Amino acid sequence: MSSSVNREQLGVAGRQGEDVRSDLWVSVELLDAGQLEMAINSRVETYFGDAIRQQIEEVLTELGTRGARVTIEDAGALPFVVGARLETAVRRAGWEPKAHWLPEATLTQAPSTAADRLRRSRLYLPGNEPKFFINAGLHQPDAIILDLEDSVSPDQKDAARLVVRNALRAVDFAGAERMVRINQLPLGLADLEEIVPQAPDLILIPKVESPEQVREVDEAISRLQAEAGMERDLWLMPILESALGIENAFEIGRASPRVVALTLGLEDYAADLGVPKSVEGEESLYARTRVVNAARAAGLQAIDSVYGNVDDMEGLSRWGQRSRALGFQGMGCLHPRQITVIHEAYQPTGAEIEKALRIVAAFEEAEAKGLSVVSLGSKMIDPPVVKQALRLVEQAKQLGLTTDGEETEAES
Amino acid sequence: MNNKVKLVTNAIGRPVPTVVNGREQAAYQGVGGVEPTGTKQAPPVRSCRDYPPSGDKRVGSLQEALERCGLRDGMVISNHHHLRNGDRLALEALQTASKMGVKDLMWFPSASFPCQKPVIDLMESGVVHHIEGSMNGPLGDYCSQGRMQGMGVLRSHGGRWQAIQDGEVEIDIALIAAPSADSFGNCNGSHGPSACGSLGFGLADSIYADRVIVVTDNLVDFPCIPWQIQGNNVDFVVEVGSIGDPSKIVSGTTVITRSPDRQRIAELVARFVRDCGIMRPGFSFQAGAGGIALAFVLYLGKMMRESGVSASFVRGGSTKYLVDMLQEGLTGYILDGQTFDLDAVRSIATDPRHVPTSPFTSYNFHGKGNFASMVDVVVLGATEVDVNFNANVNTHSDGRLLHGIGGWQNCLAAGCTILAVPSFRDRIPVIVDEVTTVTGPGQLIDVVATERGIAVNPARQDLLDALKGSDLPLRPIEEIKAEVERFCGGKPRKARVTDNPVAVIKWVDGTLIDTVFQVEP
Repeated sequence: MSSSVNREQLGVAGRQGEDVRSDLWVSVELLDAGQLEMAINSRVETYFGDAIRQQIEEVLTELGTRGARVTIEDAGALPFVVGARLETAVRRAGWEPKAHWLPEATLTQAPSTAADRLRRSRLYLPGNEPKFFINAGLHQPDAIILDLEDSVSPDQKDAARLVVRNALRAVDFAGAERMVRINQLPLGLADLEEIVPQAPDLILIPKVESPEQVREVDEAISRLQAEAGMERDLWLMPILESALGIENAFEIGRASPRVVALTLGLEDYAADLGVPKSVEGEESLYARTRVVNAARAAGLQAIDSVYGNVDDMEGLSRWGQRSRALGFQGMGCLHPRQITVIHEAYQPTGAEIEKALRIVAAFEEAEAKGLSVVSLGSKMIDPPVVKQALRLVEQAKQLGLTTDGEETEAES
Repeated sequence: MNNKVKLVTNAIGRPVPTVVNGREQAAYQGVGGVEPTGTKQAPPVRSCRDYPPSGDKRVGSLQEALERCGLRDGMVISNHHHLRNGDRLALEALQTASKMGVKDLMWFPSASFPCQKPVIDLMESGVVHHIEGSMNGPLGDYCSQGRMQGMGVLRSHGGRWQAIQDGEVEIDIALIAAPSADSFGNCNGSHGPSACGSLGFGLADSIYADRVIVVTDNLVDFPCIPWQIQGNNVDFVVEVGSIGDPSKIVSGTTVITRSPDRQRIAELVARFVRDCGIMRPGFSFQAGAGGIALAFVLYLGKMMRESGVSASFVRGGSTKYLVDMLQEGLTGYILDGQTFDLDAVRSIATDPRHVPTSPFTSYNFHGKGNFASMVDVVVLGATEVDVNFNANVNTHSDGRLLHGIGGWQNCLAAGCTILAVPSFRDRIPVIVDEVTTVTGPGQLIDVVATERGIAVNPARQDLLDALKGSDLPLRPIEEIKAEVERFCGGKPRKARVTDNPVAVIKWVDGTLIDTVFQVEP
C-alpha cells in the first residue's frame, strides 16, 4: 500500500497508569486521508464514550490531519484536557496544524484585572497537572498561577502549554486573577504565542536579571495582542532569583508599564549565593528588603516567595506576618490549605484597624473644622501617618474587616 | 435468572418485582406508609435440659458444630461483619458446608467484604444459592452480571433487624465471630487479640436464629464480661486459632482526607451545622468514618470548642476523633454501632461512656422508637443525588452494584440529613437528573453539600430561614448540576441495563424501593 505520510511518526502524549485521574494517554499515528481509526478505553465509557469519539473527530478536523489512528487510555479527562493531549500527540507525530481546536469559552471573558488589585496569595498549579485546575478557584486564592516553568519537566513543555491554553478558556477560576508563569526566553516566547490570545491577567517572568528581558516579553505581548486584535491589560510580574536580578530590581520594575509587582525566588537565590536555604530565610533578608524598597520606589507591589513546608501552618503564619512587617503585600502558596493562613497573615490586625479608624476620624474632623493640624487627644498626628491610616482603612474595607459599610461585603 | 419476573411501579415511580426468591413482596408506599400487623417471629422453643449443666458448650470443630446444628440443603446461614475485611469465619463456614456436600444455601451476612470474594466459587458450584446482604466489589459485579441464581436482596442494618424480627428471613444457623467468649457462649467484641469493639450486628441473629454457633480465638474463663451477646442464646462454642486478621479488622490509625476539595466540603458542612443553629448545647450528631465525615468531625469539634458547646451524645462509627471529643468533654457519650480504629476499640473496652449499640437500639422499624430519629444531624455520603434530592448509595452510575446500604437509610430519620459529596468524580457528575437507583427518598434528604456550594432541599424552608444572611455558598441544586455538566462536557449518558432484575433494594420497612437490573454485557 502506498502512503503519503511518514509512517515512522508516532506521537504520544498524556499519562497512563492505575493512579492517573482526570487525564488520559493518547497515541496518534498519521494515516492517509480519510482513514480514521479509534481504539478508546475509557473509565467513563458508559457516560461519555460517544462524546469522546465525537470530540476526537472534531479536534482532528480542526487540526487538519487527513487521517489518523488514535489510541486512548482515558481516566476521566475533561474535554479541555482531551483536546490538549490529542493536539500534543498530533504535533509530536510531526503534524504542524494551521488551526487549533479550542474548547468553547464557557465563561464570558472576565474584564482585565486592576494593576493594584489585592495579591495576598497566588496558588501554584503545575501546568501539566490539569486535575488540580477545576477546583482551584473554590479555595479563594487572590490569584492562581498556571505554571509552565519549574513544575514542568523539559520534555513536557509542549504538552503543558496546550493544557494551560485550553484551561484559560474552559476553567472557571472563580474570580481569582489568572496568572501564567512562562519559561525563560526564548522558550517563553512559544509559551506566549499560545497563552496571550487566551487573555490571562498576568505573566510571571522567571529568572529576570535585566530590564531588557522584561522589555522583550512586553514587546512579544504587544505584538501578539495586536495580531489577535486584542485590547486588554496584561500585567507582568518579574521574578528575581539571582544576586544580579536583586541588584537590578528597581530598573527591572520600571522596564515596562505592564509591570505591577516584583517578586523573588528564594531557592535559586540561595543557590546563587552558595548557601543552603534556611527555614527562617536569614540568607535572603537583604534580597527581600531590597525588593520591597525597589518595588515601592517604582510604585509597584512587593510580593514574597513561598513557604515550602505545606504541613507547618504555624511556621507559615510566622513567615507571613514577618513578611508583611517587612513590607510585602502577599506571597505564593503551594497548597490550597495555605491560603487562609496567608490571608490572615497579610491582613491588618484588629488593633491596627482600630487605631487607623480613630486617626481617620480625627482627620475628617480636622478637615471639617478647617484645621490644618490633625490631633488625637493631645497628640499631633503627622501627615504621613494620616496617609497610612487612610490606606489601611481602605484596605480593611476591601477585605470586609471593618464594621461600617457592611452592605458592601464582597461576593464570595 | 428468572426472566418472567412481574414488575409493578411503586410510590416513587420505580419498577419493583412482586415476588423475590419465591416470597411475595410489597412495593414501597412512601415514608411510614406501611402499618405492620401480626406477631414477631420466634425461633423454636428450646429447653435447658438439652444443654450441659456445666455450661460447657464447646465442640471440637466448626464442622462438628455445623453437623450438630443439622446443616442441610437450602438453609439460611448468617454472619455479622464486625471483622470487616479481616473476617475469616464466614468464608470458612461456607467452605466447610461445601466439604460437607451441602447445596443451595442462602447466605445472609450483615455485610460482605472483598475478602469474601471466593463465595463466588461457592455460588458457581451451587453451595450458595444467593446472597441477601450487601454485595461490595467482586460480589456486586457477579450479581450485576446476572450470574447469581437467586435475586440479591439489600437491606439496611435496621431493615435486616426488621426482616429477622417479622419473619421475612428465618435464620437457620447464625455464626458469631467473637473476639472473646467463654465456654457457655457469652461473648464480646471489645476484648482479645481480634477485638473489633461492638458486636451489635450479630445480636438479632443470636436471638432469632434457630441455632447459634459462637466461634472465638480467645476463650476466657466464665463469665466473659461484658456479655454483649448472651450465652443463653448459644448452642455451641468453637475455639479456633484465629477468627480474623487484626490488621484488617480495625485500622491502626484512621486517616483523614488530605484532599483540599474534600476538606472544603467538610468545613462547609461544619459551618452549616453551626450557622443554622443545630450546634447548640446538648445537641447530638452522627458522622461515619469516611474521609469527609471524619474531617467534618474535626472542624465541628473546633467550632464547638470555640463556642463552648458540647454534645449530649454522638453516634458512631467511632474513631480516635470521636474518642478525643469524649475525653475532652465535647460529648457526654458515644453510642457506638461499629468501631473503626484501635483507639476506639480501647475506648469502648475501658470507658463506660463509650457504649456499644445495635441496630435494635438505633435503627429497627419494629422497635418502639429508635435512636436514629433522636439525632439532630447526620452527615452521610452518596454515589449520586438527583435534583429531587433522591440519593443512591448502591450502584455505580454505570448500573453496577457497588455498595451495601449499611445504616445509611436508617440515618435519614435524623432531624437534619446532610449528604457531603464531591460534585463530580473524575468526569462523572454526582448530581444528576435522576439517580440510577433510589436508596433513599429525597423527602428525607435535607441538604446536599459539595465543594461548589450547599443545596438545601426547598422543603426545608426552616433551614433556609435560619441561614438568612449567612455567608455560606447556598445554591439551588440545579445550578450546581448545570455548572458541573458544563465542564464535564454535557449530561452523562444513562447506564445501559437489561430488563432482567438481579437485586432489590429494600426500604427500612421491608417494602421494595428500587430494583437493580443486570448490566449489559
